Amino acid sequence: MAETLPSVLIIDENPTRASIIEAGLSAAGHTQVMVISEMSGIAAKIALHEPDVIVINLENPNRDMLENMFQLSRAVKRPIAMFVDRSDKEAMQSAIDAGVSAYVVDGLRQERVKSILDMAISRFNAFSRLERELEEARGALEQRKVVEQAKGLIMKSRGVDEDTAYKLLRKAAMNGNRKIVDVAESLVMSAGLLGNEGTE
Amino acid sequence: MMIELSAGFLPLTDSAILIAAREHGFAEAEGIALNLVRETSWANVRDKLAVGQFEISHALAPMPIASNLGLTPFDCRLIAPMALGLGGNAITVSSALLERMRQGGAFEMMDAKAAGHALARVVRAGRAEARKPLQFGVVHPFSGHNFELRYWLAASGIAPDEDIEIVILPPPLMADALASGQIDGYCVGEPWNTVGVIQGAGRIITTKSSIWASSPEKVLAVREDWAEQNAPTLHALLRALYRAAEWCGQPSNHIELANLLSSPKYLGQPAGVILPALDGSILGEAGSAASPDFFQPHGRAATFPWQSHALWFYSQMVRWGYVTHSAAHAETARRSYRPDIYRTVLSEIGVPVPSANSKVEGALQRTIAVGASSQFLYLGPDGFFDGTIFDPDRLDAYIDNQKV
Repeated sequence: MAETLPSVLIIDENPTRASIIEAGLSAAGHTQVMVISEMSGIAAKIALHEPDVIVINLENPNRDMLENMFQLSRAVKRPIAMFVDRSDKEAMQSAIDAGVSAYVVDGLRQERVKSILDMAISRFNAFSRLERELEEARGALEQRKVVEQAKGLIMKSRGVDEDTAYKLLRKAAMNGNRKIVDVAESLVMSAGLLGNEGTE
Repeated sequence: MMIELSAGFLPLTDSAILIAAREHGFAEAEGIALNLVRETSWANVRDKLAVGQFEISHALAPMPIASNLGLTPFDCRLIAPMALGLGGNAITVSSALLERMRQGGAFEMMDAKAAGHALARVVRAGRAEARKPLQFGVVHPFSGHNFELRYWLAASGIAPDEDIEIVILPPPLMADALASGQIDGYCVGEPWNTVGVIQGAGRIITTKSSIWASSPEKVLAVREDWAEQNAPTLHALLRALYRAAEWCGQPSNHIELANLLSSPKYLGQPAGVILPALDGSILGEAGSAASPDFFQPHGRAATFPWQSHALWFYSQMVRWGYVTHSAAHAETARRSYRPDIYRTVLSEIGVPVPSANSKVEGALQRTIAVGASSQFLYLGPDGFFDGTIFDPDRLDAYIDNQKV
């Protein structure tokens, strides 16, 4: 008889990230995956669902509460321990670097848990990468806006076309050994200070 | 060249020494670029120390002891070569519970004994009426909060775990939990008591300094292997933190310190909420006297890691069943605190350092000048509110006595 895969509870206040992990686990054949983003009544929920593995993100301020509950609570009937055993420092390191931690019920075999944690780690890392890229894209968009604004200011005060305005900006940057966006930023800022809003 | 060091901290007023060391140039002057990382749980601090993301951290005083006794998930030996101040916690209860406590008669706020008696009356009445036990929150099982709350309850005739259920909650969520009626009281570090009072969730009924005067709260936790391999850096760090503690202890710096701590990257609370813990005007009943002893970052050898403090925490870990007592365990607990390192480093720069590693807790009824390696050092008072003495040389007897 094929062994059923362990049931997993994901505790994450970020629903997007939780659903990415959930999807990954489902794709890997896990049929019992539950997501919780609300900590209230957590003991009762754990007692009801009796998950084999609990995955939680490190920013969650309730880890201390959760760990204490595993040790003492009458509601949680099966003993739950931190997954990474004392010898497996590498797995623990990558989990913590990724920002995730896991707890498992006692007696669950290591190799059955490892694939779940590996999945959580890779999805956490992918999510952080996405967030970083989004942040960078936002930054790039902001920079483009500033350059556009500076070009507008130059066009208005010098009466030149867009192309010439950009060349003037680039020349000023080269002469001053600065980035175009930095020159544009100081131009927009000083225009603001001098009360010359005039790009629109 | 600057040496980079990463330290974890939790948003609490007693992280002040680390923050001042970074922000006021004390670390820099010793060639250390101190990188402070705000954490959301003590579990994170423990794990990041274990995997080497942190070399050092703001830590609960019993944490290195618990770690060295193998009570944590990972093998990670920690030492406490310095304490990060004395006191700084308080016990806050909901307005509803306070009203019930007052029904038996008025009691002086900040008087741990009177507050304990008042609570015991409520508990006895609750038992008679078969009410559900009161719930109190603390931040971590291996914390000064848990052990001083339990000590106070037990010495007041209340049985923790039977008469009162103790639950774990993160400090920033305490006030909300109290306001929503989820818990009836909590024991936590500042500013989270003052936050609860200002939100109207409850009132402070007593303080850590009233339960046990000059009592330990946070320490600098250092990975033992790192400390052994980087002694010069550790020594530089201790000098920097000592200077920072001196600065934090100056009353003329309290407003600046409150402003510093209030920054969103540190506590993220208004300076006005942080200041009462620093200047001792911690909110009690209207008209109650200020308590300048409430939090001591520097005076009374506040940064000296007394081994008697480590052993007292150990005695409470035994008392409440976290560990079994043996001579070997007691020795592990005692050696988790390293006054030897502190003494070597700081006496070199002329700091008055206690010449003993341990003291009899509760022996000093008032502040006195004691023998130090140089100059005078003022210690105490250091008594427990119930008058019991803790003599670290009579640990076995103390542990036996607290069974009854």
